Amino acid sequence: MDQKTKITISDLNLHIGKQQILKNINLEIPEKKITVILGPSGCGKTTLLKSLNRLTDLYPEMKVTGNIMIDNDDILHTGEDITRLRQKMGLLSQRPYPLPMNIYNNVAFGLRISGRKKKRFLDKRVEHYLKMANLWDEVKDRLKDPASALSIGQQQRLCLARGLAVDPDIILADEPTSALDPISSEAIEKKFVELKQQYTIVMVTHVLRQARRIADYVVFMYLGEIIEQGTAEEVFDNPKEEITKQYLKGTFN
Amino acid sequence: MRRLRNIEEKFFRVLMFLSTSIIVIALTLIIVSILYKGLPSLTWEMISQTPKGGFYFGKEGGILNAIIGSLYLALASTILAFLIGLPVALMMNVHLVKHKKLVNAIRFFLDLLWGVPSIVYGAFGFTVMIYFGLKTSLLAGIFTVTLFIIPIMVRGMDEVLKTIPRGLMESALSLGSTSSEISYRIYIRQVISGLITSILLSFGRAIGDAASVLFTTGYTDHIPTALNQPTATLPLAIFFQLSSPIPEVQNRAYASALVLTIIILIISIASRYFSKRYQKNRIKN
Amino acid sequence: MVIGLIVVILLPFILGIGLYLKSTMLLENQSLFKLLFSSDWRPLAGKFGFLTFILSSVWVTVVSLLIAGPICLLTAIHLTQYAKTWVLRLMHPVIDILAGIPSVIFGVWGILIIVPFISDYLGPFLGKQVSGYSILAGSIVLAVMIIPFILNILIEVFKTLPDELREASLSLGATKWQTIKLVLVRKAFPGIISAFGLGVSRAFGETIAVLMVVGNVTTIPKGIFQPGYPLPALIANNYGEMLSIPMYDSALMLAALVLFIVVMLFNLGSRFAISQLEEKE
Repeated sequence: MDQKTKITISDLNLHIGKQQILKNINLEIPEKKITVILGPSGCGKTTLLKSLNRLTDLYPEMKVTGNIMIDNDDILHTGEDITRLRQKMGLLSQRPYPLPMNIYNNVAFGLRISGRKKKRFLDKRVEHYLKMANLWDEVKDRLKDPASALSIGQQQRLCLARGLAVDPDIILADEPTSALDPISSEAIEKKFVELKQQYTIVMVTHVLRQARRIADYVVFMYLGEIIEQGTAEEVFDNPKEEITKQYLKGTFN
Repeated sequence: MRRLRNIEEKFFRVLMFLSTSIIVIALTLIIVSILYKGLPSLTWEMISQTPKGGFYFGKEGGILNAIIGSLYLALASTILAFLIGLPVALMMNVHLVKHKKLVNAIRFFLDLLWGVPSIVYGAFGFTVMIYFGLKTSLLAGIFTVTLFIIPIMVRGMDEVLKTIPRGLMESALSLGSTSSEISYRIYIRQVISGLITSILLSFGRAIGDAASVLFTTGYTDHIPTALNQPTATLPLAIFFQLSSPIPEVQNRAYASALVLTIIILIISIASRYFSKRYQKNRIKN
Repeated sequence: MVIGLIVVILLPFILGIGLYLKSTMLLENQSLFKLLFSSDWRPLAGKFGFLTFILSSVWVTVVSLLIAGPICLLTAIHLTQYAKTWVLRLMHPVIDILAGIPSVIFGVWGILIIVPFISDYLGPFLGKQVSGYSILAGSIVLAVMIIPFILNILIEVFKTLPDELREASLSLGATKWQTIKLVLVRKAFPGIISAFGLGVSRAFGETIAVLMVVGNVTTIPKGIFQPGYPLPALIANNYGEMLSIPMYDSALMLAALVLFIVVMLFNLGSRFAISQLEEKE
C-alpha cells in the first residue's frame, strides 16, 4: 500500500480465562480510509475494536498481549494517560447510548471533563459538531431537552457528534447502523464517506452490502483470526481463501 | 486538574472501602457480641427444660417452651404458606404467563404486601382474633404469620419459576402433556433447589419475627399441645427476659438470643447451599 | 389456585379495611386532624394525640436513612464497579446473613453495643450526659437493619446499567470515577431514590429492635440524643392494657392504620418509579 498507516497491530492475543478470543492478530489500518472489519457474529470483531481504545481494561478477566501502535505509541504499554488516549478515538456503538443529560451536555461532556468549561467556547463547539453530524437543524431549538427524547436515528448522530467533539483522529464504529432504520443508516454511511477526509475510520459490520458500499480496506475475521485482509477490490472481487468466498456468497453455514 | 481528580477518586475509594467495611464490622459485632454474652449462660438445662417455678427470678428451668413453640409456629405457617403460595406462583408462571400485565400487577401487589410491617399484620391478626372471639393461641399466631410470609414465599418462588425459559415449557407442551401436568412435574424438578431456598427464607422470617406474634400467640411456660392454647416464642422469650431487672434472667436472654441466632445461621447456610445448587443447575437462557 | 390468588390481591385491602373498621370508634369521637396533630396522650382521660409518636417515627426513620443511605450507595458502587472477586465472594453471604437476622437480635445487639457506646463514649465526648437509649441508638440499629435491604436493590440497579454507557463515557476520555459520578449515578438516580424510598418504608414500620433501644418516653424528641417513642413501639408496648381502657384498642388500631398507610404510600411511590424505569429499558 502506498498510503500511511495509522494503526499497526502485531501479534495481538486476547484470552478470557482459557478461551482465546483473538488469535495472533496482525493488521495495518491505513490513515484516512474506511477500514471495515467483517465476519459472522462472535468472531471477535467487537473485541478487537474495543482493544483499540483499551475498553478491554474494564473487564479484568480479559488478558491482552501483543502490541497496538498508534502514531508510534504502543497503546497497550503506554506511559500516556489512558483518558488522553481514548480521546484520540471516537466510539460509536451498536445502539446509541446517550448520556443521561440534555442534548447540549452530551456533546459538551468530553470537552468539559478535559477541563474546557468556558461557555462561549462550548457553545461554538457544540454547534459545530452537531452540524457536522447533520443534527443541528433538528435540535437547535431544544438543546436543553434530554437526549433520550430524540429518535434512535437522531441519538446515533448525537453520539457521533459527541465522539467528534473531543477532536479524535480515529472513529471506531461497532455496527453503528444495526439498530437504525434504512434512512438513518444511509445518513450515517454517507457521513462516514464524508468524514474519511479527516478521520481514520474503523467499522465493524456483518452487513455485507454496507461493507461493499463504503469500505476502502477490508478485514475478514472468523473465530478470532484474521482470515484475509486487503483493499476492498481485492477482497470482494478476488478472495483468496475458501471461507471468505463462502461468506461473500452468503452460503456460509 | 488531573491531580485533583485523582485525589477525588482516591478519597471516594477510601470512603467506599470504609462503607463496605462498616457492613462487615456490623455483622461481626452482632455475632461476636451475642456469642460473647450468650455462650457463658448457655447450658443444656436452658434448651432442654421448660421454665420451673421462679424461673423469672433467676431460678431453674429453660426455654424449651419457646424453642418448641417457635418451631411449631414457624413450621405450621411455612407449610400453610407453601400450600397457598405454590399454586399462586405456578399459576403466575404457567397459566397466566401470556397475560403479562396481570402477572405484573400480581407481582406489584405481592411486593406491596412484602413491605407491610409485621406489627401491622400483628394488629390485624389481633382484630380478626377478637372478631371471631378467639383467645391468644397458637392458631391465631399461625394465621398471622402465614399472612405475613405468603408474599415472601410467593415472590421467592415466582423469581425461581420466572427464570425457566419459555422454550422448555413449549417443548413439553408439544410432547402432548397437558398444561397442569407440566406445571407439576417438569417445573418442580427443574427448580426444586430454588424453591427450597424460598421456603427456608420464609421459615427464617417466620421464626424470627416478634411483632406479628406479640398480640396473637400469648405467652406460656408450657409446651402447647393443641392449637387453641397460647404458646411462647423465642423472639418474645428474648424480649421479655431482657426487660427483667435481674441479671441472671438477662443473661438467659442473651443465651436465648444465641439460640435464635444459631437457628437463623443454620437456615442461612442451608439456603445458601440450595441457592448455589439452584444456580448451578439452572438452565441458561 | 384462584382462591390463593384472590387472597393475595385482596389482602392489602382487607388489612386496611380491617384496621379502619376498628379505629372508626375513635374517629367518630374525635377528628382525625386533632388526633394526628395533638401531642396530648392521656389514654385514661380519653386523650389520644399521636403527634409525639409520629414525630419520633419521623426522627428515627430520617436519621437511619441518613446513616444507611450513603453507606449503601458507596458500597453498591464499590461492589459493582471496583471490587475484586474475593470481596464479592465475601460480601454476598455477609449481606444475606445480615438480611436474615431477626429484629429482636438487632435489638439485643443495640442494647449490648450501641446504647453503651452512646452513653459511655459518644455522649461524654460531645460533653453530654445521656442514657444512651435514644433516637440515635434506634436509628443506628435501624440503619444496620435496612442496609442489606437497600443495598440489594442498589446493586440490582447498578447491575442493570448497560456496559455500553460506561464504555461511551470512558471513550470520551472520562476517568472511571468521572464516569461513575457524572453518568452512572445520574442514570441510576431514579433507582437510587426508589431504593431509599423502600428503605424508608421498611424503617418506618420496624418495631421490636427500635423499641428495645429508643427509650420509649412520651415527650416530643428535640435531638438525636433524646429518647423517642415511635408508632410501632407504641402499639407493641401497650397491647396488654389495650382491652382494659376504653377506646385504647381503637386508638392503637388507628396507629397501625397510620403506619400501614404511610408505609404503603412510600412503597407504592418507589415501586411505581422502579416499574417505570424497567419499562423504559
